[in-house]
Amino acid sequence: MKISTFWYCLRQGIKNIWKNKLFSLASVGTIAACVFLLCVFYSITSNFQNMVKTMESSVGITVFFNEGMAMEAIQAIGEEIALRPEVERMRFISSDEAWEEFRQDYFKDAPNLADGYVKDNPLAECDSYEIFLKDVENQDEFVEYLKGLNGVRKVNYSALVADALVSVNRLITLVSAGILIILLAVAIFLIANKISLSIAVRKEEIRIMKLIGATNFFIREPFVVEGLLIGLVGASLPLVVVYQIYEKVVGFAMEKFSILSGVLVFLPVNQVFGILTPVALILGAGIGFFGSIFSIRRHLRV
Amino acid sequence: MIVLKDVCKSYKSGTKAIRGINLTIEDGEFVFIVGSSGSGKSTLIKLLMKELEPDSGSITVDGVNINKMKKRYIPKYRRRIGVVFQDFRLLKDRNAYDNIAFAQRVISASGKEIRRRVPEMLNMVGLSAKYKSYPRQLSGGEQQRVAIARALVNKPEYLFADEPTGNLDPENSREIMRILDQVNQNGTTVVVVTHNREIVDEMQKRVLTMQRGVIVSDDKGGYVQ
Repeated sequence: MKISTFWYCLRQGIKNIWKNKLFSLASVGTIAACVFLLCVFYSITSNFQNMVKTMESSVGITVFFNEGMAMEAIQAIGEEIALRPEVERMRFISSDEAWEEFRQDYFKDAPNLADGYVKDNPLAECDSYEIFLKDVENQDEFVEYLKGLNGVRKVNYSALVADALVSVNRLITLVSAGILIILLAVAIFLIANKISLSIAVRKEEIRIMKLIGATNFFIREPFVVEGLLIGLVGASLPLVVVYQIYEKVVGFAMEKFSILSGVLVFLPVNQVFGILTPVALILGAGIGFFGSIFSIRRHLRV
Repeated sequence: MIVLKDVCKSYKSGTKAIRGINLTIEDGEFVFIVGSSGSGKSTLIKLLMKELEPDSGSITVDGVNINKMKKRYIPKYRRRIGVVFQDFRLLKDRNAYDNIAFAQRVISASGKEIRRRVPEMLNMVGLSAKYKSYPRQLSGGEQQRVAIARALVNKPEYLFADEPTGNLDPENSREIMRILDQVNQNGTTVVVVTHNREIVDEMQKRVLTMQRGVIVSDDKGGYVQ
């Protein structure tokens, strides 16, 4: 394509937008509404998933060893566990540390009550590893693996919490995918309809172009430019709006529900929009591009 | 040279628009195609423009059978042809200059070439002063002159005009025919479909008369009843 043809198509696409102001506004509005819903929805689900992940990372498995087991043997088992791909992090808790933690948790208001155990650790033989998994969904299999290890006396874990988190995670993923597909389908349908309408109005113009020897490419390009620009503008507007809203809503929630600060862990705005911005722009441009390509195709058979 | 051999064309409604036409048009000729409504004149032009495909027979232009032409070559073929319609078919949102320039942009002409050729064409059709006017601001005759300028700006080898004077008064009709005659004098093959008896009688060119899809006469001179 000659550079002059490129500029001509670009100019013509912009002129078309200006000429059909109402249609352009309606199309921008449609894409903006869809992308706005996408942004809001993504912001909510990504934060929700982040909170679930945070909770997951606090669900640990504790492994206890046979009585009288040598420290070297315990460390050897620890090294073997650490090599497993499911493990995100783990820490060794000696029986002394375990008793100290217990004492601080349960006797902090009356420390003298624990004085009787100073030389007689009730949690002796309770050396353990606390293990946190990358994905709590693998907990059952991993627990079975731990139980099968030689020297392991007991494995403590919470199946209920893990199952609940897994179920919530699956539900979020399914609902997200469903809503995203519906949003995408609605957006493409609405835009294809609007572009079809705009092209139908210009059917005669396209016919004239064909008869004087214009190639399909030459006819199509201004429409594609028009679709792309409408898509990009339609996607940019809600991005700016949601960006502004996001920070305010997160600030408000942190202030109002500070008591839940351990659970309400919000993603920073840049992390959410680092993904959302390219996705929304590509989506907007894609809807505009494919909407115009599909709509114009049937008018080119002259 | 255009050669039609046993060309037939029917529409989906069952109407047989063209029935076995055989015709040769030499380079540089000026040919009128006349006949009553529904005689197949416009269908013939559409076949030559490759807007329609014949059911049978062959249409050869400069030795190339256009029936067998691949879709991607159609735009290039049409650029060798200038076409003028009864209803002008100008782009309504562009002024006279841009309507003519559009035909040049289609062939990727350079900006320099466009700036040289378009004023030349406006001058040829006598509309230099109205280059900024939009179709709605021009009379029928003026719109048709813009359409002729657009058809000729790429120096086509053939010019097909389908009822070019159909919407015009006698004075404008004569002016349009004078321009077409001048174009023909410059070497372009011109084929004009018309109902206009006076014009055909005045011009004294080759006249093909069609009736019910068949050429019933092919003579030089005036309109044949």
